[in-house]
Amino acid sequence: MERPLTQHIPLSGAALQLKEYEAVGGYSALRKVLQELTPREVTEKVKDANLKGRGGAGFSTGMKWSFVPMNVTGPKYLIANADEMEPGTFKDRWLLEGNPHQLLEGMIIAAYAIQATQAFVFMRWAYKEAAQIMTRAIADAYDAGYLGKNILGKDFRLDMQLHTGVGRYMCGEETALLNSLEGKRATPRAKPPFPQVSGLFGKPTIVNNVETLSYIPHIMNNGGDWFKSLSYTADGGTKIYGVSGKVNKPGAWELPMGVTMRELLEEYAGGMKAGLRFRGVLPGGASTDFLTDAHLDVKMDFAGVAAAGSRLGTGTMVVLDDQTCPVGFVHNLEHFFAQESCGFCTPCREGLPWTEKILLALEQGNGTYADLEQLQLHTQLLGPGNTFCALAPGAMEPLQSALKYFREDFEQHVKDKKCPYAHH
Amino acid sequence: MLSAIEIEQITHELQQVPVKKAACIEALKIVQQQRRWISDESVADIAAMLDMSTAEVDSVATFYNLIFRRPVGRHVILLCDSISCYVMGYTKIKQALTDLLHIGYGQTTSDDRFTLLPNACLGTCDHAPALMVDNDLYRDIAIADLPQILDQYL
Repeated sequence: MERPLTQHIPLSGAALQLKEYEAVGGYSALRKVLQELTPREVTEKVKDANLKGRGGAGFSTGMKWSFVPMNVTGPKYLIANADEMEPGTFKDRWLLEGNPHQLLEGMIIAAYAIQATQAFVFMRWAYKEAAQIMTRAIADAYDAGYLGKNILGKDFRLDMQLHTGVGRYMCGEETALLNSLEGKRATPRAKPPFPQVSGLFGKPTIVNNVETLSYIPHIMNNGGDWFKSLSYTADGGTKIYGVSGKVNKPGAWELPMGVTMRELLEEYAGGMKAGLRFRGVLPGGASTDFLTDAHLDVKMDFAGVAAAGSRLGTGTMVVLDDQTCPVGFVHNLEHFFAQESCGFCTPCREGLPWTEKILLALEQGNGTYADLEQLQLHTQLLGPGNTFCALAPGAMEPLQSALKYFREDFEQHVKDKKCPYAHH
Repeated sequence: MLSAIEIEQITHELQQVPVKKAACIEALKIVQQQRRWISDESVADIAAMLDMSTAEVDSVATFYNLIFRRPVGRHVILLCDSISCYVMGYTKIKQALTDLLHIGYGQTTSDDRFTLLPNACLGTCDHAPALMVDNDLYRDIAIADLPQILDQYL
């Protein structure tokens, strides 16, 4: 089983250094691209592979690049979104800390494809070790002639900068990320215009997830058919999956796209800890709908998880066990979303704290049946189309599915006037 | 008043950006690095240097949870309170920290040593519960580990 993204990451946990990366073929894709391909051909190759964004939305990467105007003068920007902040998600950290040059090579090729001259790695504040590793990797890449003027002797220049953030989940939303990089509050922008046309400082900009960009060198080296052959399903490639919660072996693994949830939970995560029963799972981070044991054979790709009523999201799963209160679980999620709402649009700013307060009231034994209806109503009021960005609709996904699958738990909180779980 | 080193570092950042305002977050980071927090005076000083209004700088400073607009202790404890850490029992870690340090969220110990803050997901969910003290990450924390962790920070 091939694991292109992670196979060279040292088991010691140390980062793969430049020389080690070169020894396993690193930067050969960049060399080949600069010698053999036009920028358009690079984009076409990514489009042919049908690489879909690994940050959560699953949009075609090649398509995204193709929207960048090529016949313009002035700067263009390429940004790696390394602001991994979706609760339950810890996949990009692995790539950032383990193989920084793979990301840099992917970014340089992506920048060449859209003819950007400035690139940024936008990294969340908490990733201190990754920031150190990336700082060193960028310096090494400059010294080796992979960055700067006349890269590998060709007429292509690119400067690379690491930006470390100062918190806030909103920074992961690509237009909010651009505002933050411009020194502003991280509120989302209206689309259109899309960043591909008018992004950072009003210039054409591509923002891609770390895992997505890390795939680019491999696609350049091996082609679209190879990429598709890695997968069990129509969505090509491998995917980094993760499992956290009360399982025996929480962790992250690079596996063929489309592995089943059962394989992930039972084989890789080692099943539930002794004495605990599986009740449900957020398949792709905090802003995805719960799935339950009825969905264990769902294939974990974009289409498979969507057909089951949820989203692949980031592919990192959070498990709910039978001794953790589902109402408390969802309260924790809504507390997060209410806190992280940027406050820019009213439904999100007002609605999320309301849902949080209702869930807290339920947990504390002060909930009523009318509160359950109020929660249900909020899942519509804060749903898709009613808010400025995807934060609130994402926040409603675990709530609406919890109301569906764990209804009896919500009702019991009202009936008993207390939380029936012992873990508080 | 900004110190010579702060002015030097902010001036360097200004050279990297096409408009002065774009250095706002970097300027806040630089001043906080020197003074641990951002006072009203610092907001005004940064505003003057970047040709911004104080209100505009403050709107940025108060937006980001890791820019501190109130004094913090010598060390800041950031306890992850997101979902995987919830499932793995961070609330018990919180209680233990409060028992050890006699402070709640947003408070600083009387000797100015620690400030305790909640933080959103630290991205190490397979090793929950997790916390950071300043730049250091601690994972798979048990209550029994806490005294030893805290002892490293004077």
